[in-house]
Amino acid sequence: MEQILANGLYLGAQYALIALGLTLIFSLMNVLNFAHGQMYVFGGFVTYTVVAQLGLPFIVGLIASAVVLAVMGALIEKFLFRPVIARSKRDESTMLLAAGIAFFLDAVILLLFGEKQRGVPKVVNGVFNWDMRLIMPYDRILIAVLAIALIVGFILFMQYSRTGRAMRALAQDRVAAQLMGVDVDRYSMIGFALGAMLAGLVGGLLVTITGINLGMGGPTSIKAFLMIMIGGAGVISGAIAGGFILGMMESIGLTLLAAYGDVTYLVIFVTLMIFLAIRPQGLMGKPWG
Amino acid sequence: MQRRDFLAGTALSLALALTTTTAAWAENAKLKIGFVGVTSGPAAAWGISNQRSMEARAAWLNELGGVQIGDTTYDIEIVPFDDQKDPKRAIAGMEKMAQDGIHYVVGPNVDDGAAAVRPVAEQNGIMYFPYAFPKELYTAPASNAILGMVANYQSGPAIYKYLMENNGIKKVAFVAGNESDPLSQRDSGAAAARELGLEVVSDSVTYQMDTTDFTPVLLPVIQTAPDLLVLSGVSPANAPQLIRSARELGYTGLISTETAQDAAVLAEGAGELANGFISVGGASTPELASDTMKEFVQRYTDMFGEYNDESNTKVYALEYIVETLKANPAAIDNVEEFKKTMDTFEAPNPFMVGDAKLTYVGTSSFGQKRQVSVPLVVNEYKDGKFETLFVAQVD
Repeated sequence: MEQILANGLYLGAQYALIALGLTLIFSLMNVLNFAHGQMYVFGGFVTYTVVAQLGLPFIVGLIASAVVLAVMGALIEKFLFRPVIARSKRDESTMLLAAGIAFFLDAVILLLFGEKQRGVPKVVNGVFNWDMRLIMPYDRILIAVLAIALIVGFILFMQYSRTGRAMRALAQDRVAAQLMGVDVDRYSMIGFALGAMLAGLVGGLLVTITGINLGMGGPTSIKAFLMIMIGGAGVISGAIAGGFILGMMESIGLTLLAAYGDVTYLVIFVTLMIFLAIRPQGLMGKPWG
Repeated sequence: MQRRDFLAGTALSLALALTTTTAAWAENAKLKIGFVGVTSGPAAAWGISNQRSMEARAAWLNELGGVQIGDTTYDIEIVPFDDQKDPKRAIAGMEKMAQDGIHYVVGPNVDDGAAAVRPVAEQNGIMYFPYAFPKELYTAPASNAILGMVANYQSGPAIYKYLMENNGIKKVAFVAGNESDPLSQRDSGAAAARELGLEVVSDSVTYQMDTTDFTPVLLPVIQTAPDLLVLSGVSPANAPQLIRSARELGYTGLISTETAQDAAVLAEGAGELANGFISVGGASTPELASDTMKEFVQRYTDMFGEYNDESNTKVYALEYIVETLKANPAAIDNVEEFKKTMDTFEAPNPFMVGDAKLTYVGTSSFGQKRQVSVPLVVNEYKDGKFETLFVAQVD
């Protein structure tokens, strides 16, 4: 049981961090960013390049991922989403744009980094072993702690900084925020950059453990959507809850249902369908959006 | 004077035009060979090594003046199609090949894609070289598919037997991804292990292909304490993570797979934890490689920057197509002629030292010759590179 809980917490921390960026972008701009997974992959490859190819320390790789993805997110918002949102009131337009960006990023990743699985050496060696009841490599513990620290930092930033408050106002009521003097364009761009940066940071963190490859983008986006549907789309606390719930469900399912084959995600999807039929707005979302 | 200049200019232009036209006439005809396989996503390494092997070999043959088939000299043109590991896309790819008038296609890389394209290939007179293992693709009444490598039900028993004799293994566990290829390889692997007298202690644990943490997946398997952990049909992307998780959970036994892997990927993803990992390698070793194979590796590296060990196997399909067409030029647009030639076909193997031959095999597995003959090389990973454990021959 200790092992199941530890695995669930570890998975939950990384999932929550992935979901945070997606839900931030959704809450600010009402955009479902289908390219979120590809941004995660791009971040992983940036860290890989800095650490494995250039031989620089892991922390430099992480910072590089954060900066590159933040710049990429800002540019995508300014030159792609902003004009489309200004000209089209239809939600499908931004969805199609996001899907197009996902395909585009896949192609760019293939060109820049190739098709192979990539990884960087372990940041910390050794395995924590508590009497065979709980086994957890130290690098996973470190990544989980870093992920939780980043989540806490993000919450504090959104809660207490001027930029965070402006973004929360924007998320609550875009028109009212604009009337109160919030520069909507500026904070939308910052929000998108922050969301992309979070995706890049998770990619950078996980490249030390799971490695990274071209095909991880799509499934990552799907999992991120699952998490924000569980927690409630556009709600920060919902994304965190969704991440930890999905991580825990996966850990419990993989251990208890192992004897029945790969039915864990089948059970998760069925549970989610029933849950959404009862509470379509998710755990913490509001029925009116 | 002006008139003379005009006449001279006209004559020169005519001469130039004639020379250009003659040069155009002297250009070789094109022989289009298709590739339908996965070149994107987690299994991209499998298809890309195929496509690049074909492109590197075709460029080399074209540079040498093309290949002479009958009275015609052809330049080879590779027509690639990324099926994204999706059977629907594989069908679309094979239909595209048929529309382009292509009769010889390498791929697809996986079971469901290879099964899906069968009707299209048979209806349109296409011979195809899948890297997929279902026997029904190669046994009668099927006749258009030729297995491009050694199947897991051929390599698996060889590996288990070797490990029984040399390492004294008794208990084996299987883990597979939840997709048709890994699952069918797990089932045939487990059956082969039982037949050899091994105790299969776990063969029900599977994982999603996009799993990011294999610790919970492997925990129940490691608890069964196998002597050998088989990663059935594992993709190069998942292998390092599975090895790493197993070792971090304290597993000290042997780990093997019947799929080909990439040493650089293992080094980056699992480091020294991958030492001792056994996999089926590309069909060459330093001892087996001829000068042609060495030059191929160099040319591939020059063209694409990084070699893939799998290309030691993937280089063969195009060679088999070209050499069989040379043996029977009537097969250039008639696959029935190709099939007739296969039974007796034999040509020197340019990629191996000695007097090795290119021949079609598979009679004992499929009841007909529907497999290319390549050496079965079983490797052991050690400190960033593969070392040959043993070499065997199929059929």
